[in-house]
Amino acid sequence: MSRASLVRLAVVAGFLLFLELLTRTGAIDRLVLIPPSEMAVHLWSMFRSGALDAAMAESFSNIAIAFLLSVTLGFAAGLIIHALPRLRRLVDPLLASYYAVPFFVFYPLLIAIFGLNRWPLIAIGFAFGAAAMVIATLNGLDRVPRVLRKVARVHRLGRGEEIFLVILPAASPHLFTGLKLALAYSFIGVLAGEFILSGGGLGYSIAYAYDAFDNQTMYALMLFVLTLAVVLNAALHLWEQRLLRRRRRA
Amino acid sequence: MAASAEEDKARAGGGARAQPGPSALHAQLKGIAKSYPAAEGHGVVHALGPLDLDLYAGEFMAVVGPSGCGKTTLLETIAGLTAPSAGTVSFEGREVKGRVPEGVGVVFQEDACLPWLSVWDNIAFGLRRAGAAAEDVRARVDYAVSFMGLGSFAGTYPAQLSGGMRQRVCIARTLVLEPRLILLDEPFGALDQQTRLLMGDELLRLWRETKATILLITHAIDEGVMLADRVGVMSARPGRFIELVETGWPQARDSRIVEEEAFGRLTAHVWSKLRAESMKALGREDDGGGGGRP
Amino acid sequence: MSTAIVGERQWLRRALDAAMMLVLLVIAWQALYAAVGEVAITSPLGTVVKLAALLHSQAFWRNVSASANALAVSVVIASAAGVAAGLALGFHRFSGVVAEPILTALYTLPKVTLYPLVLLIFGLGISAKIAFGVMHGVIPVILFTMSAVRNIDPVHLKTARVLKLTALQTAATILAPAVVPEIFTGLRVGFALTLLGVIIGEMFASQRGLGFLIINSMNTHDVPTMMAVIMALIVFAVIVSSTLLAIDRRLHRRG
Repeated sequence: MSRASLVRLAVVAGFLLFLELLTRTGAIDRLVLIPPSEMAVHLWSMFRSGALDAAMAESFSNIAIAFLLSVTLGFAAGLIIHALPRLRRLVDPLLASYYAVPFFVFYPLLIAIFGLNRWPLIAIGFAFGAAAMVIATLNGLDRVPRVLRKVARVHRLGRGEEIFLVILPAASPHLFTGLKLALAYSFIGVLAGEFILSGGGLGYSIAYAYDAFDNQTMYALMLFVLTLAVVLNAALHLWEQRLLRRRRRA
Repeated sequence: MAASAEEDKARAGGGARAQPGPSALHAQLKGIAKSYPAAEGHGVVHALGPLDLDLYAGEFMAVVGPSGCGKTTLLETIAGLTAPSAGTVSFEGREVKGRVPEGVGVVFQEDACLPWLSVWDNIAFGLRRAGAAAEDVRARVDYAVSFMGLGSFAGTYPAQLSGGMRQRVCIARTLVLEPRLILLDEPFGALDQQTRLLMGDELLRLWRETKATILLITHAIDEGVMLADRVGVMSARPGRFIELVETGWPQARDSRIVEEEAFGRLTAHVWSKLRAESMKALGREDDGGGGGRP
Repeated sequence: MSTAIVGERQWLRRALDAAMMLVLLVIAWQALYAAVGEVAITSPLGTVVKLAALLHSQAFWRNVSASANALAVSVVIASAAGVAAGLALGFHRFSGVVAEPILTALYTLPKVTLYPLVLLIFGLGISAKIAFGVMHGVIPVILFTMSAVRNIDPVHLKTARVLKLTALQTAATILAPAVVPEIFTGLRVGFALTLLGVIIGEMFASQRGLGFLIINSMNTHDVPTMMAVIMALIVFAVIVSSTLLAIDRRLHRRG
């Protein structure tokens, strides 16, 4: 492990220890925050008892659906938009201001349209993630060096061969960025949606625990979501490093 | 020169091939011109020609010209990568249109290695696409790897190599397909002078061994004069040939040819033709070509 | 053809494209309205009419000013704190390397789920909204500022030393022009997210503001009001972000 990783670990551990100390000594009221160790213990007991199974299954399946939809449809849309410059000029202003729109205001609207079920959540996760994938795909295709397209022609590749053997591999670092963002945004969209308006999933469980003044459960779940975000990020980061290692200068 | 050249000939085991000269026509350009719409507003930019060019089988031709004169466009037109606005290109008697003909290899100025493939796989890329048998691929790639001196790098990735080594990979990838016409677009443009000279030697060796026709685009006059049988000197945009200079070098030669008196004379001659054109390309008037300042 | 005329043409073309996209969106909206009906959404025209009516009501403007206040304070805090932290982490390279993955992880976090914590600390009201806005907006500002500082071309700093500039002169003439475009991008992204944070904050933990108005009208099945407020918010967000984007592009072109 590198020195930076060690220091990072120490910083996070120190912060947790600090919170533990403040809460144990009563410097922070238990009504505001409970000790991190208690969060972990309670989270573990919830795992053991299976109390989280239903919520986890619901959230994860929603995230997975939103993620898969954003990646496949976002990628396809990116390919199409890139191939049609006229369409691209139309869509550009939309993409440029896309993430300026506070999406969560659409929740009520989506509930009105889809009804109170999982689809408004998936729709928001999808709407959030797909644009990132479209933008990343366009970026990647724009940055395929022209000379590689010429290489494809010199080797007399067909259109399909050119796409799969040259263009996609060349664009893959950008596509991976799109994948990462799409996952993060689906995660945010679904959990936040559950928290605000739905009747199930991890997000809802946090809101429910909050309303019921069940701080233990609430904080255990927050810890879970936090850990999940960290683990997800770290895993994607490692995977990306592995993929890109060969392509980076030694 | 004769002594060292003869030695080299013996060492390279070459000399089996006929001296370049009025042999078979390999590729022909007739009335080639290229213009494209200007980037801003109306009008067209007249980039190249009209020009004619005959390339003979087995010759080594270099093209030099001021920057922006359409050298690259010329090469891409011959390769079938760019369609000319007027005129025709033929290769081995057939018209080149829209596709790169079989038997033509191109080495580009930019780094054209596929960064996601190892050196070995990069070189095998074309062979595999052409559907060669695995055994055949292995034998030919291994040969190209050792020919280009890439033996200890076969398993590494392009990003870990220097610019010169990466260009060797691209040359090997072209070579392995046994092209009959090799087009090189300033392949050594990004390399330092010593590496360029050595790569030039490799190119001559490759030329002798493969018996291919070579067209080399270069901005370095001395490189063109050193390597080629014929040097085409182009005018400022729109590029046309203002002179075709025969160097008269023996077939077995290497970079030590720069010691020859004839080398200096030919280089000076080409520069005298090119100087006024280069000034035009820079947007400056010719000062009459009469020496330096007082 | 002069470049001024070309520039004007491009501008005109871009404006036309944007207008065309707008028309397409309105058509899509109208089609959706035709498909789902009055219960769920209002028509484009109906929404504009409702919005015009709202613009004449004092209650609406009270909510606007509540949101605007919270947004203004959040943006100032997120920008100032973000740039300061970003500069520090950018110049102190090791701290930056340590902090970056932590910041990215926090950026990926659905911060809404931390809202109860914010409420427990700040209580209901404007400070919770502001804290929430800052939480959303500050991280991109830090990340962009940090990378701006890291990407300063060392040759520029060497030039400054060759020219024997003082630290202050170097900061003013070399560092600032080098980092400003990238930092501005961070502020632009930060603004959008701060707005998001403030609105979400209002949506379920406030009695005032546009976010509250949306949630409240949803709960009372007042679809026209809900749609009108959403539209007002989106128009505001798009106008501000397009303006910022135009400035952003100009800064980057010059740099």
